[in-house]
Amino acid sequence: MSTDKDYHVGKGDSVHPGKPVTVDRYTGGARINHWITATSLVLLALSGLSLFHPRLFILSALFGGGQSVRAIHPWVGVILFFSFLGLFLRFWKLNLWKREDGTWLARVRDVLTAHDERLPEIGKYNAGQKLVFWSMSVLIVVLITSGVVIWDQYFAAYTTIEQKRWALLVHSIAAILAISVWIVHVYAAIWVRGTIRAMTRGYVTGGWAWRYHRKWLRELVAKSPTKDTKRTAAE
Amino acid sequence: MFPPVPNPTTGPQSPKFGEKDLIRRSASTVTPPAERQTEVAKLIDVSKCIGCKACQSACIEWNDTHPELETNTGVYENPHDLTPDMFTLMRFTEWENPETNNLEWLIRKDGCMHCEDPGCLKACPAPGAIVQYSNGIVDFVHENCIGCGYCIKGCPFNIPRISKVDHTAYKCTLCSDRIAVGQGPACAKACPTQAIVYGTKEEMKKHAEGRIADLKSRGFENAGLYDPPGVGGTHVMYVLHHADKPEIYAGLPNNPKISPIVEAWKGATKYAGLAVIGVAAVSGFLHYLVNGPNRVSEEDEEAAERFTGDRSS
Ligand code: HEM
Ligand code: SF4
Ligand code: SF4
Repeated sequence: MSTDKDYHVGKGDSVHPGKPVTVDRYTGGARINHWITATSLVLLALSGLSLFHPRLFILSALFGGGQSVRAIHPWVGVILFFSFLGLFLRFWKLNLWKREDGTWLARVRDVLTAHDERLPEIGKYNAGQKLVFWSMSVLIVVLITSGVVIWDQYFAAYTTIEQKRWALLVHSIAAILAISVWIVHVYAAIWVRGTIRAMTRGYVTGGWAWRYHRKWLRELVAKSPTKDTKRTAAE
Repeated sequence: MFPPVPNPTTGPQSPKFGEKDLIRRSASTVTPPAERQTEVAKLIDVSKCIGCKACQSACIEWNDTHPELETNTGVYENPHDLTPDMFTLMRFTEWENPETNNLEWLIRKDGCMHCEDPGCLKACPAPGAIVQYSNGIVDFVHENCIGCGYCIKGCPFNIPRISKVDHTAYKCTLCSDRIAVGQGPACAKACPTQAIVYGTKEEMKKHAEGRIADLKSRGFENAGLYDPPGVGGTHVMYVLHHADKPEIYAGLPNNPKISPIVEAWKGATKYAGLAVIGVAAVSGFLHYLVNGPNRVSEEDEEAAERFTGDRSS
């Protein structure tokens, strides 16, 4: 039973009419999952960067010195991997590419100048969010794979030095990209007001949903139990 | 014969080199001293080595390491590889010379080469964990080492080993502590055939010339000195009877240099990487300055109220 609308609405999303309208966007589980992921990513970025450039070695003090960075970083990586896996399983369906995403992306100029009225109606995630989602998914797989190869404390014996050299190069480039994607992600959340609350309190206002994710809102309203589902499904 | 380093005096001595003589320090910039100390070197004459492993024993003795006892797997190497407790290792190769059809038993004393351009130091992320003195000695400073193993990837000779006990990297120090007080390396002292000699790099090259001439006169026409230019030369050199094929000596690299992957990782990636992160952060900042926040308007809220009100009443 997969109609188009299944892809735009997440589990637990629902509308609460009122003044203002509020829309539940993330369940408690999803939020906890997200913040575990976010915390580990920040810890990984800080500890990783301390080894990345001599100027940044000072960051290792946050973790109690270089030896602890060396010991802790890969383990946090393991936490990140599994935690992100949780997010992936929750959200991958809603991040599948849709026709309107191409249009949205082509009008990126309107996106950046906040002319949201000129953009197509969007489901739960817009093309930018989907790109962040998929690039993070790929990068984290690359990071855990290359990370294990250079995790000498336990895995030194399984690869050659030449393979480890490649892994280090790949790991550092993937880390740079992941950190950059993370910056875009965080900036977008700050720039578009009312977004962070979705991940802290779990809901957004109706206006937010109307302005940025109208298709999502439409479907939520359509499926809300109090109204005539037949009519909306036919729309 | 090259005159061995004389026995020490018994009185205390101040070290001949130290912090002020650093020409390189990992993950740090140092101002090299105005004057470089005379470069030192150890010369290992493979053709003179009888494989007795006295050098290994002397190394264990002096450095007070305790290599694990291993089992005999039918080869002469003992232990089977360099370890955090075994900084030097005799590697044995049985090689059939295609020209003479003779079996040649090649014995090479493996260990840190003390490269003039050390890949280990280039790769190391911890400030001061690897240093290079102006006399050419490359030394690991364990207090500063974080045990990441990057030096292993940087080294073209596969030398450093990480201890599972204290999680720091170990390798031959060229007996920097002995040399600092006017002694030669312990292995050179112990070698019964003078296959290992120690002196200034110039003296060692000159001594090698004599050895090479001698080998050539005895039919080893490709005899030569192994002082690979790809790493700027080394402060441990070999006299090889087949210098045209160093790889037959248990895989001694022919033209070693720091891997281009390591160069790319430690070079372009660092600068480009920080630039990319910087650009991402600055563009966000500028975008915010120019555009301000993207806010939901009153009309949006009202539209949503009308929309949901309509539908759900
Ligand atoms: C996902 C699992 C991960 C694993 C298993 C892992 C493992 C490692 C290992 C073993 C190292 C070598 C140093 C050390 O032992 O600490 C390393 C370095 C590094 N990691 Fe990770 N890591 C992971 C994820 C990440 C992530 C998500 C980031 C950034 C967002 C990151 C950034 C870095 C950086 C910048 C370095 C230094 C590379 C260099 O020196 O050039 N890592 N990682
Ligand atoms: S393990 Fe090697 S690269 Fe890492 S800090 Fe120690 S000496 Fe430097
Ligand atoms: S042989 Fe390896 S460990 Fe020794 S100085 Fe050269 S790069 Fe460093």
